[in-house]
Amino acid sequence: MTAMTARDNILARLRRSPAGAPAPLPDVGAWFAARRVDDHEVLIERFKTHIRAARAEVHDTDAATWPELLLNLAAAKGLRTLLVGKGTRHGAALAARPQHAVSIIAYSQPAANWCDELFDGIDAAVTTARSAIADTGSLILWPDAQEPRLMSLVPPVHFVLLDARAIHADLHAAMTAENWAAGMPTNALVISGPSKTADIQQTLAYGAHGPREVIVLLCREGEAS
Amino acid sequence: MSEPIHFQPTTGFAERARAAAGDPALRRGFRGAMDFLQAKRLAQFPDAGDLATLRDLGAAIRRHALENLPQLLEQLEAKLVANGVQVHWAETPAQANAIVLDIAHRIDAKRMVKGKSMVSEEVGLNHAMEAAGIEAMETDMGEYIVQLAGEGPSHIIMPAIHKTKQQIAELFAARLPGVEYTENVDELIRIGREVLRRKFAAADIGLSGVNFAAADTGTLCLVENEGNGRMCTTVPRVHIAITGIEKVIARLDHVPLLNTLLPRSATGQAVETYQNFISGPRQPDELDGPDEVHLILLDNGRSQAHADLQLRATLQCIRCGACMNHCPVYARIGGHAYGTTYPGPIGAIISPHLLGIGATAALATASTLCGACNEVCPVRIPITEILIRLRNEAQARPAAVGALRGAGEARSALVSTIFRAWAAVYSHPALYRLVTWAMSRGRGLTPRTQGAWTGIRTPLIPARKRLRDLLAERRRQ
Repeated sequence: MTAMTARDNILARLRRSPAGAPAPLPDVGAWFAARRVDDHEVLIERFKTHIRAARAEVHDTDAATWPELLLNLAAAKGLRTLLVGKGTRHGAALAARPQHAVSIIAYSQPAANWCDELFDGIDAAVTTARSAIADTGSLILWPDAQEPRLMSLVPPVHFVLLDARAIHADLHAAMTAENWAAGMPTNALVISGPSKTADIQQTLAYGAHGPREVIVLLCREGEAS
Repeated sequence: MSEPIHFQPTTGFAERARAAAGDPALRRGFRGAMDFLQAKRLAQFPDAGDLATLRDLGAAIRRHALENLPQLLEQLEAKLVANGVQVHWAETPAQANAIVLDIAHRIDAKRMVKGKSMVSEEVGLNHAMEAAGIEAMETDMGEYIVQLAGEGPSHIIMPAIHKTKQQIAELFAARLPGVEYTENVDELIRIGREVLRRKFAAADIGLSGVNFAAADTGTLCLVENEGNGRMCTTVPRVHIAITGIEKVIARLDHVPLLNTLLPRSATGQAVETYQNFISGPRQPDELDGPDEVHLILLDNGRSQAHADLQLRATLQCIRCGACMNHCPVYARIGGHAYGTTYPGPIGAIISPHLLGIGATAALATASTLCGACNEVCPVRIPITEILIRLRNEAQARPAAVGALRGAGEARSALVSTIFRAWAAVYSHPALYRLVTWAMSRGRGLTPRTQGAWTGIRTPLIPARKRLRDLLAERRRQ
């Protein structure tokens, strides 16, 4: 009841406000379009330069060899457990590799049921990226039932599979090309490197609450998964 | 009406400012931090023409939102409700806190984790939760540090900017069991990470602010670097977002433009680590995310600013903090001296709507009107013009129709008499001639002690001869 009254009162006050000078919606798309380049190789290089500047690793790979690369990187970093999305093709591709030191764990039950293990027992996770952004060196993830939200947040190391063809010039281009306005997922994420903070005397430190390392496996040929 | 909860009346502003300005360690800390942030911002905007265009676009997006505010809020609400988000409206801090407490009691919540939210500071949410026996834990590293120290944030983006790493090292060693003194920043952050990781999983409610709310898709956009915001909005079973009614924008695809301006203006970063777009609660087949998402839309004086065509620009703010980073007053006294949730130039123009002009009159005078804030504002708020307006409102005649809350409360008979006399002299040429003649001839009678002015300056004494006297002499020669 109070809530209804508050709503009505606020809206009534705002409606009584006088009209100001005309304020048309600006053409934001034109500003982004004027700065874009068409050469996709340039976009790929920009993406790599910018996300590396934010301290992410980028490795060129392809559809056939990325599982071996990932498992070698994981072994070199001493990772013991790797979280994969349940029922994903890339999860299956990793599980099918014979003889490796990393145990593959599937995210197969609600987070609340295995919170302790998720927070303390998982060294790394691998997810796909939906696309990426060259201008800011960012990964776009739309978590879903197969690859839940916490996979890119809780484990200290995040491996990301990215199809090089899915790199957009900027976030506006990505939103337009993928028609985000037609329907948003529960949660969409734009991730630009590992978690960080400069809250203590402006000194940059990595691994604040999210992953300390973000490792992009950039698939140059064929599908990532 | 709204009640200031943990707000220090600005009557003590002069004393606090003097104490802060006389603290060499605080002065060094803020000066260093402000120089660092100014240089980083400048490096992000190498092309002045491009920056001007960006600021025009940012201002246009925000002005459009404010000109269409009631319609956009209704559209946002309709979209969010369709997405499964529960929308609440609060006129006052007390109503906002009551809404959070209602939700907390319904789900029998004991613990809340909080992402960075200045609106939650504005309503005094932590105190309201603690009074109801609910733990409210700040999880942004800077907010966690100031909460542990029993303080409030001194900057809207960098809450612990007033603290040195030595002070933080002492705080951690004193307050956290089993923690040794260390000045290693990586180690301090690792300690904070471990303490707070336990809290996310144990919390019933995650609370966050909102940077932009897109009306066309019903999407809440939150930006951050640490990941605690994502934790708070994903791990607990209930997510409550709280924000001011002015944060709505018409279109989701305008967020990229505003996010080009926000991190560059705030911290000199090209982009934040996480842009988190939330459009609804967890779906039946999803394995994580909150079961309930709530949005609280707070007025708390914002509709008063909206009702005035000049003051409406105050609401264009995207809370980047660039105005305080470039303010010569803020750089010398820091955030706590202001006594309000929002310090610095933006605090001086928004606080009068939240707390009344009488309680905040000193803030509008805490400016040299140098205009640095206007120049760096990414959405072109004419801050100094608004400061002058607020100075006038503080001295306004009582009981004017449609007056701002607290207008005229700082009216002083002496000040208004002086300004009335001044206006009379300057609008009547004969009187002006007479008064200036009397002042120059009677200059020997000028008092040598002129209040605060002569505390650190030589006294003001009229010239022996007026300009008009000198010109008359020259004509005669």
